Amino acid sequence: MNTDTHAAHADHHHHGDGHAHGTFSTYLLGFVLSVVLTAIPFWLVMSGALPSKQITALVIMAFAVVQIVVHMIYFLHMNTTSENGWSMMALIFTIVMVVIALSGSLWVMSHLNSNMMPMHQMSGMN
Amino acid sequence: MSPDFLKLIFGRLTFESLPLHEPIVVGTFVVVALGGVALLGGLTYFRLWGYLWREWFTTVDHKRIGIMYMILGIVMLLRGFADALMMRGQQMLAFGGSEGYLNAHHYDQVFTAHGVIMIFFVAMPLVTGLMNYVVPLQIGARDVSFPFLNNFSFWMTVGGAVLVMASLFIGEFARTGWLAYPPLSNIGYSPDVGVDYYIWALQVAGVGTTLSGINLICTIVKLRCPGMTMMKMPVFTWTSLCTNVLIVASFPVLTVVLALLSLDRYVGTNFFTNDFGGSPMMYVNLIWIWGHPEVYILVLPAFGIFSEVTSTFSGKRLFGYTSMVYATVVITILSYLVWLHHFFTMGSGASVNSFFGITTMIISIPTGAKMFNWLFTMYRGRIRYELPMMWTIAFMLTFVIGGMTGVLLAVPPADFVLHNSLFLIAHFHNVIIGGVVFGAFAGINYWFPKAFGFKLDPFWGKMSFWFWVTGFYLAFMPLYVLGLMGVTRRLRVFEDPSLQIWFVIAAIGALFIFIGILSMLMQFAVSLLKREQLKDVTGDPWDARTLEWATSSPPPDYNFAFTPVVHDNDAWWDMKKRGYQRPLTGFKPIHMPSSTGTGIILAGLATAMGFGLIWYMWWLAAASFIAMLAVGIGHTFNYHRDFDIPAEDIIRTEDSRTKLLAGAR
Repeated sequence: MNTDTHAAHADHHHHGDGHAHGTFSTYLLGFVLSVVLTAIPFWLVMSGALPSKQITALVIMAFAVVQIVVHMIYFLHMNTTSENGWSMMALIFTIVMVVIALSGSLWVMSHLNSNMMPMHQMSGMN
Repeated sequence: MSPDFLKLIFGRLTFESLPLHEPIVVGTFVVVALGGVALLGGLTYFRLWGYLWREWFTTVDHKRIGIMYMILGIVMLLRGFADALMMRGQQMLAFGGSEGYLNAHHYDQVFTAHGVIMIFFVAMPLVTGLMNYVVPLQIGARDVSFPFLNNFSFWMTVGGAVLVMASLFIGEFARTGWLAYPPLSNIGYSPDVGVDYYIWALQVAGVGTTLSGINLICTIVKLRCPGMTMMKMPVFTWTSLCTNVLIVASFPVLTVVLALLSLDRYVGTNFFTNDFGGSPMMYVNLIWIWGHPEVYILVLPAFGIFSEVTSTFSGKRLFGYTSMVYATVVITILSYLVWLHHFFTMGSGASVNSFFGITTMIISIPTGAKMFNWLFTMYRGRIRYELPMMWTIAFMLTFVIGGMTGVLLAVPPADFVLHNSLFLIAHFHNVIIGGVVFGAFAGINYWFPKAFGFKLDPFWGKMSFWFWVTGFYLAFMPLYVLGLMGVTRRLRVFEDPSLQIWFVIAAIGALFIFIGILSMLMQFAVSLLKREQLKDVTGDPWDARTLEWATSSPPPDYNFAFTPVVHDNDAWWDMKKRGYQRPLTGFKPIHMPSSTGTGIILAGLATAMGFGLIWYMWWLAAASFIAMLAVGIGHTFNYHRDFDIPAEDIIRTEDSRTKLLAGAR
């Protein structure tokens, strides 16, 4: 990087470090996939195809995760090499954080729920 | 005028909302108002408004924004410390049937405001200010990645501070403690505006903090000068990177928790209520998922400052650079795995408590490794006991004590005894004052000559140092004792007269710290008057090692006339060793971002919106929100975003520096 492509105006240029821009067909593919991935959960809820609400909710969440991946690949153009690997690194860090926060909260709250909510006995501490 | 009409205009705000019945608040208001009028009058008389607006308020220069953050932090320190003095006074007096001089309504606001201000509006601005000033210089950049965003972030932080200050005179502040746990903070138990002030002050300031975190991450990742690989970055830049990663990952959690609490308060949802399936425990869980990383957000940059200071004043390369970096990264990750130790006593079972107790103890290992790295850096070094180094030594002694009491508190059974006691208060003041505050002071004394071109006066600096350090020990060691005797936090009156002596000692300690703060203000004033004697023309007054000392003091707007090229960890030390010659010719125009008033206008509107939401002045909230959208969209049509500093200006600036340097030799 020389002196005049520096600092303040980095936003002027897209540096060529693996910054892909997608073609019409990849955008179309992404769009179709997102529509399908949205339509199936919608249908599951409307038709009540699955026996229990809980299973429906879990399936919808699974579709949501796939949806996120589709968006990242087709719309945000993320891959293992974009931005010199920083995107991937940031993604892994985010996943680690989200997993810690969610699983930790579920674990902690289930304990608090069984130990502390009214109608339960304090002796039930495991 | 009909009451309905008044209500439409002023919402909940009436004459009764003004704290006219509290003589202390009225007295403070009179003093503040007189001071404010004098300040505004002075600015008008000396015709400084235009200068301030053009050169400071609208600036996108990271150096000026950094300095403004520091000023904000120091001003708010005075407010937060006034609260601390009031608490110490109250607890010292309220014995033997005495009620002290603060009623419960006022005292509860004082301890809440003290915590909120000290963390969000003192420690955060001081840390952000130092990062803003130093990081771009250390990595050889011209500015941060998004200069306008930087200006906007700063003013959002100011907006939050303004809301907190407004609560002193218009209405009241929260009476819930600094984290505003429900159900107390829910509308049923806190129907007045205090908690709303709390929520909107933190939401407005939180936007600024998050955006500034994104900005600095991007700066460090993208704008390093050629040759500066990740493992050649100065340690302060590394700790800043980790801190900003923590900010970006954790502040959204705070934003969401406060948003859910405001939904509970404004539209009657039941996320954190006791009934209808709500759970106040979820709030505690979520807010500490933000709250624990927040502690490391504050202390990591301080660790970075101590690393720079230790190696500079020992005249040695930092011992164990690689282990320092890995320790920082490990702390970054581990800081997400310990949050439950803030509520061991809430009722999780043994397995949960032992897991979080053990992770908490593990986090002391990388911290201890850092401590040894600093010691080994000093070992056989030629140590110069200048002010930054003195603060560093004080930190090392003090922080270790705080760390040890922290490990003690990490043992869940011990925590059941000590939870919410004054032992805990002593512990976290021990690490925050001993770590963050001493770190900020080391940083201020270290980088002040870089920012202003003259050193800080050592006499008043040493006064400040000794009063702060002794004051700290006097103020907080008694709290350890009291905590072990079972005294809990936030008490207003006491029964047992045998406790009083400890509170008297603590109050004396607080007075010492007060003298320390006054000495620091005196240090600034005296240094300003003696600036010719304390002048540094070399740009490198400490014989330091990192890139920020390669340029002039204060640095020119463009930081470096030519982007430096780095070959070694201690880039500037390496350049000096290899007989680096400043380039004297061949200057080219430099492309720079333009100032803009949009940041301060947007932040002002956000603050007005917060004020409207607090007082249920819906028209004000709606109007400011729409105005914010309009200004934001309007700014996208501003095409005057950048300009070139002509080569002649650069030649003039660099030539005058050449003359200064020749004169110094």
